[in-house]
Amino acid sequence: MSPETTIQAALLTPVIGAVLISLCGRWTNLRETVTLVTAVILFSLVISLYPLVLEGGRPSLVVGEMLPNLSIAFTVEPLGMLFACIASFLWIVNSLYSIGYMRGNNEKNQTRFYVCFAIALASSVAIAFAGNMMTLFIFYEALTISTYPLVTHAGTEKAKRGGRVYLGILLSTSIGLLFLAIVWTWMIAGTLDFTPGGILEGKASNTIIGILLALYMFGIGKAALMPFHRWLPAAMVAPTPVSALLHAVAVVKAGVFTVVKVIIYIFGVDFLSVTIDPDWLLYISGFTILAASIIALRSDNLKRRLAYSTISQLSYVIMAAAILAPLSVLGAALHIAVHAFGKITLFFAAGSIYTASHKTEVSQLDGIGRRMPWTMGAFAIGALSMIGVPPTAGFISKWYILHGAFDSGQMLAVGIIIVSSLLNASYFLPIVHAAFFKKEIESPNHDDHGEAPFTVVIALTVTATITILLFFFPGIFIDLARQLI
Amino acid sequence: METFYGLFNYWIVIVLMMMGFYMVIAQHNLIKKIIGLNVFQVSVFVFYISMSKIKGGTAPILTDGIEIYSNPLPHVLILTAIVVGVATTALGLALTVRIKDAFDTIEDDEIAILEKEDQERERGTIS
Amino acid sequence: MSTQLPALQVVLPLLMAPIALIIRNPRFVWMLTLIVTWTTLAISLSLLMQVLDSGTITYRIGGWAAPWGIEYVLDKVGAFVLVIVSAIGSLVMTYARRSVEQEIPAERIYLFYTMFLLCLTGLLGITITGDVFNLFVFLEISSLSSYVMISLGRDRRALTAAYRYLIMGTIGATFYIIGVGLMYMMTGTLNMADLATLMPAIADTRVIQAALAFLTVGICLKLALFPLHLWLPNAYTYAPSMVTAFLAATATKVAVYILIRIIFTVFGGVNVFEILGLQNILMTLAIFAMFAASTIAIYQDNAKRMFAYSSIAQVGYIILGLSFASETGMAAGIIHLFNHAIMKCTIFLGLGCVALRMGGVSIRDMYGLGTRMPWTMAAIVVGGLSLIGIPMTVGFVSKWYLVRAALEADMWPVAVLIVLSSLLAIIYVWRIVEAAYLKPAPENAEPVSEVPLSMLLPLWVMALASIYFGLDATNTLTIALDAADILLNGGLQ
Repeated sequence: MSPETTIQAALLTPVIGAVLISLCGRWTNLRETVTLVTAVILFSLVISLYPLVLEGGRPSLVVGEMLPNLSIAFTVEPLGMLFACIASFLWIVNSLYSIGYMRGNNEKNQTRFYVCFAIALASSVAIAFAGNMMTLFIFYEALTISTYPLVTHAGTEKAKRGGRVYLGILLSTSIGLLFLAIVWTWMIAGTLDFTPGGILEGKASNTIIGILLALYMFGIGKAALMPFHRWLPAAMVAPTPVSALLHAVAVVKAGVFTVVKVIIYIFGVDFLSVTIDPDWLLYISGFTILAASIIALRSDNLKRRLAYSTISQLSYVIMAAAILAPLSVLGAALHIAVHAFGKITLFFAAGSIYTASHKTEVSQLDGIGRRMPWTMGAFAIGALSMIGVPPTAGFISKWYILHGAFDSGQMLAVGIIIVSSLLNASYFLPIVHAAFFKKEIESPNHDDHGEAPFTVVIALTVTATITILLFFFPGIFIDLARQLI
Repeated sequence: METFYGLFNYWIVIVLMMMGFYMVIAQHNLIKKIIGLNVFQVSVFVFYISMSKIKGGTAPILTDGIEIYSNPLPHVLILTAIVVGVATTALGLALTVRIKDAFDTIEDDEIAILEKEDQERERGTIS
Repeated sequence: MSTQLPALQVVLPLLMAPIALIIRNPRFVWMLTLIVTWTTLAISLSLLMQVLDSGTITYRIGGWAAPWGIEYVLDKVGAFVLVIVSAIGSLVMTYARRSVEQEIPAERIYLFYTMFLLCLTGLLGITITGDVFNLFVFLEISSLSSYVMISLGRDRRALTAAYRYLIMGTIGATFYIIGVGLMYMMTGTLNMADLATLMPAIADTRVIQAALAFLTVGICLKLALFPLHLWLPNAYTYAPSMVTAFLAATATKVAVYILIRIIFTVFGGVNVFEILGLQNILMTLAIFAMFAASTIAIYQDNAKRMFAYSSIAQVGYIILGLSFASETGMAAGIIHLFNHAIMKCTIFLGLGCVALRMGGVSIRDMYGLGTRMPWTMAAIVVGGLSLIGIPMTVGFVSKWYLVRAALEADMWPVAVLIVLSSLLAIIYVWRIVEAAYLKPAPENAEPVSEVPLSMLLPLWVMALASIYFGLDATNTLTIALDAADILLNGGLQ
């Protein structure tokens, strides 16, 4: 297959998968098989492009002109490759997990769930491969819309309210700010193609560049920069597989991915550092890191704590990109990958606990490690990765970000990373400690439970293992990310 | 004074127009509103017809020895407009008859009250 | 034959109207109307092809040369609007049979279709004529027949809505005719092209300024520009479903077309925006319309009324685009005219389907309909997303160009207002979505089945059109940009 056909196939596979899933809705086993097969095909298509991109190839595909002089176009470059790899690989694992979780909890409307999931993945891959800002925006919104039914899956009043916040923030930031920024960029630069070095050089005054940057950074609501972060905790009403893949990987990563992409390919790292040198972005992302960590520390609900941890980790990526040093950009790209594996493990564990014991609060988890050793073991690995302790992958990306910050003399960033690592430790380690070393609380309506369903355990073991493996073999992502600088 | 007498036809037009307009707005009776509408339209007819008058011109019929005619085109236009006006009036009156059947009144303010009741009933039965 | 097409376009529905009156049988009348509408669509498409190939078409009625005779002129803008009107007409007519059978008493159905044909005649005539008085006649043909169609709604409030529309519409038309009279006094001609050449010399006179004021106010009444919109919500709410769909997609659009013709063709050689400060007036009113009407829409319980208010807001977008008086702005206005016709038609056709099965279109009627009438509700959602301006729908294309026009004119606050007002659309569209998908159906609800294919098909043609033209907007945009270019730089020549 030529690279163009591969891109085409990669974009169409999940869509076709969605259609097939909806047709097979009546036969649940067939439906789940279709999901898994689609996920595997998607991943193999994406990975088949990997060697080409690593050699410096930039396969591209122009679908057609949407507006005069503005096409829907796809180009695979290293950052997109990285994102697509993670999203499509984790979809396989997550599908395994979903099967166990959805059946274990007897969720309704499972067909709709899988269909929306496939469409969300299609949008994510399209975002990853987008060749210009408009294409990216189109699928950015498609991702928002296709995940809405997943967030409101339960159909309860609480889900409805969560859905409102989710959609309200994501749509209003993207239409209100991002859309404006894109049209403005188009008008100034005459193009929206992602070009190494940026497209805005010499086209506008520093003031306008500053305003545009602010519009982009706050407009990309999926990156959950404060004060537009509330949608992420709101989205936690969704079933756990959704929180795991979409709100720890696909959706939020689409957000920070767009941030990095805009900084590298629309503004250009060098251009930004010589013109406006956006210190404010550093401050805001730094504030988000610390504030979200503190909120996480105070949350008793496990998924809520994880959500705030995600918000804080996302701002690592934004801060790393805002340092504008080559090594920190590399760190930003790596952190997208590394955090994905760590956080999905944590969510898998949270869902596993819920499936087995219907516990949702941190305070209920005393002693649960003895009943669910696999789950809590994986949870511990994920937590260590969040803190950045070797031998987990989290260490690698933090190392590069810190390195970049030192190089460019951003001591504030260094300080924030160190303080937030301490905060991370203080809201994750007590859970691990309680799970393994505290005694279980005796309660009258306490039911005897063991591990979660088999597929669930498999899934979280796989992601936890990868989190460790990535520490020893980070080359697969570093080689890719190195091409960015 | 020259402007007043010289443009007297326009003054008539304006007075008629305002009278008609006022009736449409101020009258609550649906038929009176239509009468107002008619007065309003008639003012426009007068406006068209009077503007086609040319000093010393006669009726636009081709006859020997007469050089100056009034402009016949506005007359024709107004013939069309009158037809439209008649159709509008007829339709308006027909609607008034139907409204009388449906609401048992042709007073605008009373209808408004009934409509509000309708709306509340709609909400009431459903909520 | 092909040289007679412009006349045939108008004459065909006009002549078929009395025939429909004679036939009387509802079934046959419907079939006749259906054939007529699809024929007009074919004619208008071939006219559009001709115009795109060889430029503006002119046609002299009865062979009388302009400016004495009445002339039909069709340029790109006109041809484009013609296609919109006839396409919407034919799709709505395909859909109409079941909906009309349910909503209109059997003995009046043939009258209804007769009125529809007359209304179509009027709308097509307005679009194609090059004579300002002839335009008035067509305007009244379409208006009178739409009053009748609205009054045929089941609710008794349809009667008062029609009555109020009649009063307002007649005042608007009379204002228009006063403006025409004033122009005739100064120029002695009624032909648009002729007026356009004579206008620059006398543009400074007070008579012409008065004429422009009368014309603008008169037309704005017809196109329901805020605050002259009061007739619209009730008329759209209580009219039969297919009438709402048809009028929402065509009548206001054609009125916008008249405004374009007057301001940019008849007054094409004159900078009207500066003479009367018309630009500021129109822009301010348009922005008020966008916010006020959208805000009112949020609080409506009746979905038809909600989207009627949304129409007023959308008219605001169109007028806003025109008021920039730049090529991009004009193109944005024209493209939104087309796009809004598609999306509003989708929504109102969808609501017609809901009305057919549920008997009403309040938000409560839609509880749980997402699973019970999945296709209908999905189409409404597509239309709703388009209203918000989500990418991959036509609404996105319009918003894109509107924002760009605002930024080009260095009016970034206006650009901000455009995006803010589309956020209001999210709220009212999502009230429908939440009702349909997240509320359970009432417990004593009778089982509801999906509407018949004859209704579902036109509905989905419109819904898919609003996606297709959102994805591939190059063709429509090229036409719109060309049209804007002609209007701003070329006049009627």
